Amino acid sequence: MEASKVIHAIYTDDDVLMSAVKKVKAERFHIEEIYTPFPVHGLDKAMGLAPTRIAITAFIYGLIGLTVATVMMNFIMIEDWPQNIGGKPSFSYIENMPAFVPIMFELTVFFSAHLMVLTFYLRSRMWPFKNAENPDPRTTDDHFLMEIAVDGNEKQLEELLAGTGAVEINLVDKAH
Amino acid sequence: MLLGAIGVGYGFFTSHLSFEEVETLLAEEAHHGGGHGEDVAHAAPAHDAHAKENAHGDTAHAKSGEHHVDAHKEHVEHVQHQIANRPWSALYVAAFFFMMIALGVLAFYAIQIAAQAGWSPVLFRVMEGITAYLLPGALIVLAIAVASGTIGHYNIFMWMNPEVTNPESHHYDKLIDGKSGWLNIGWFAVRGLVFIAGWSLYRHFARKFSIAQDTAEDNSNFKKSFRISAAFLVFFIYSESIMSWDWIMSVDPHWFSTLFGWYVFASMFVSGITVIALVTIYLKSKNYLEFVNENHLHDVAKFMFAISIFWTYLWFSQFMLIWYSNIPEEVTYFVTRFQDYQLPFLGMVVMNFVFPLLLLMNAEYKRIPWFVVMAGLVILFGHYVDIFNMIMPATVGDRWFIGIPEIASVLLFAGLFIFVVFTALTKAPLLVKGYPFRKESEDFHY
Repeated sequence: MEASKVIHAIYTDDDVLMSAVKKVKAERFHIEEIYTPFPVHGLDKAMGLAPTRIAITAFIYGLIGLTVATVMMNFIMIEDWPQNIGGKPSFSYIENMPAFVPIMFELTVFFSAHLMVLTFYLRSRMWPFKNAENPDPRTTDDHFLMEIAVDGNEKQLEELLAGTGAVEINLVDKAH
Repeated sequence: MLLGAIGVGYGFFTSHLSFEEVETLLAEEAHHGGGHGEDVAHAAPAHDAHAKENAHGDTAHAKSGEHHVDAHKEHVEHVQHQIANRPWSALYVAAFFFMMIALGVLAFYAIQIAAQAGWSPVLFRVMEGITAYLLPGALIVLAIAVASGTIGHYNIFMWMNPEVTNPESHHYDKLIDGKSGWLNIGWFAVRGLVFIAGWSLYRHFARKFSIAQDTAEDNSNFKKSFRISAAFLVFFIYSESIMSWDWIMSVDPHWFSTLFGWYVFASMFVSGITVIALVTIYLKSKNYLEFVNENHLHDVAKFMFAISIFWTYLWFSQFMLIWYSNIPEEVTYFVTRFQDYQLPFLGMVVMNFVFPLLLLMNAEYKRIPWFVVMAGLVILFGHYVDIFNMIMPATVGDRWFIGIPEIASVLLFAGLFIFVVFTALTKAPLLVKGYPFRKESEDFHY
C-alpha cells in the first residue's frame, strides 16, 4: 500500500482541543482520528461522527437475554424437573412467573452488558494480542492528539494548527 | 409577566372548579374548559367559597348514599359503612395525591441543592412554586384523617374507633389494641404536625435563602441552603417513612410491609418529577422560561423514566416476597387487590411501568415536549390509581368505582394545587439569578 502522510497535532487541554476541532472542521479538513486520555464530552458531535448505534444492539441483546432466561427457567423449573414453587404446585410457567422475574431481569442485564462490551471491542477492532494503534503513548496520560490526513497542503494546515494552540505539530509518514 | 402568570393560575382554577361543579351537581354542559387567564373576572374569595361548597357536597353525597342503602334495607351494615366511607376515602386519596406531589418535589429540590447539581438550577423556581402547596396540602390531609376519626364514623382509619380497643366491646380487636400505643388519634396528630412543621420549615428557609441569593454579593445563602438541605434529607427519609405508615399503611392496621415507606417515596418522587416537567413545559409554552431548553427537559424526562423503573422495582419487591412466602396475614393485602381491584391494580403497573418504559426509552423522545406531556399524564394517572389502590381496598372493599366523588375530589384538589402553585410562581423571578451554578445550568448541554 502506498505511504500516506498525516499530521499529528498535540494538545494539553480538552477545551483547547474542542475549539481546535471546530476550527479545523470549519476549514473543511478531514480529521482522521483523535486520541484522548479520557472521553471528551461533545467531541463526537464536533467531529461530525455518526451517532452511535450501540443502543440498538443493547436493546436487541436485552431481548435475547430475556428470551434465554424464559426458555431456560421454563425448561429447568417446569418441564425437566417440575418444582413446587412457593407452596403453589401449579407447574405452569405463567403462574410461577413472579419467582422468575429476578432471573429474567438479571439475564437481560447480563446479556445486554456483556454483548455490548464485546460488540464495542470488535467494532473498535480490539482483540487479544493486537498491537496498539495509539501513535503516541502520551495520549494515555495527559495529552490529546489530533490526526489529520495531508494531501499536499501541509504548510497551510500547520499554520492553522499552530493558531489553535497545539503544543506540538509533527508530520508523520504513516506506512501501511 | 407577573400579572400574566396570575391570570393563568386563576384561569386554571376556575376552569377546574366550574368543571367540578358540573360533575358534582350533575348539571349539564355548562363547563367552559380551557379558560386561560383572559376571561377571568372572579375574585379569589369566591373560589374559596366554591371549594368549601364542594367539600360539603361530598359529605352530603355520603349521607345520601347511606339513606339509599337504608331505604332498601337489603344490604348489611358493613356495606353501608363501606359506601359511607367512599366519599371520605375519595377526598383523602385526592388530597394525599396532590400533597405527595409537593412533598416529592421538595425532596427532589433538596437533593439537587445537596448534590450541587449543575443542570437543574434553571428549574429551581418551578420546584419552589410547586412545594408551596406542601403546607396547605399536608394540613388538609391530616385534617381529613383526624376529622374522619372525630366528626366522621372512622371512615378511613378503623383503628380510630374506640370500640376496637375496648375489651368489653364485640368490635374488640386484640391486634389493634396491641398497637394502640402508636395508633391513637392524639399521637397520630402530633406526629403529623411534627412532620409537617419540619417539612415546611425547610421549605420556608430554602425559599428564603434562594430569594436572598438572587441579590447577594457572596455565596453565604447558598451555603446555608446547602446545609439545611442535607439536614432536611435526613429528616425527610425518616419522617416520610413514618408518614407513609401513619397516613396510608394504617388503613389496613393488621397488615404491614417494611418496604412501604420506600414504595410510597418512589411514587411521590416520580409524580413530583412529572409535575415539574409538566409545569415547566406549560410555562415554557407561554414564553416565561426562555432559558430552559430541551436539554433540561431531557434530564427531567430521564428522571421520570428512571424513577418509574425504580417504582416498579419496589412494587415488585414488595409483591414478590409476599407472594412467595404466602403468609396469610400478609397475603390478604394482595388477594383483595387481585380479586376486587384487578383492573386498577394491574392497569396501574401497565401505566406506571410499561408506558414510561416504552415511551421514554428513546433519547430523542425525551426532548419532545408533547411526548413528555403524554407520558407524564399517563404516569400521573397511574400514580393516582396507585394511591387509590393503597387506600380503597381497606375502606370501601369491593364497593369501589372511579365516579363522581373521586373525580370531583381530584378536580377540587387539582384546582387548589394549581391555584397555590401558580400564585407562588408569580411571587419571585423565574430564574435564580445569584445561584452559583446558574451559568452552568443555562449552558447545560447533553
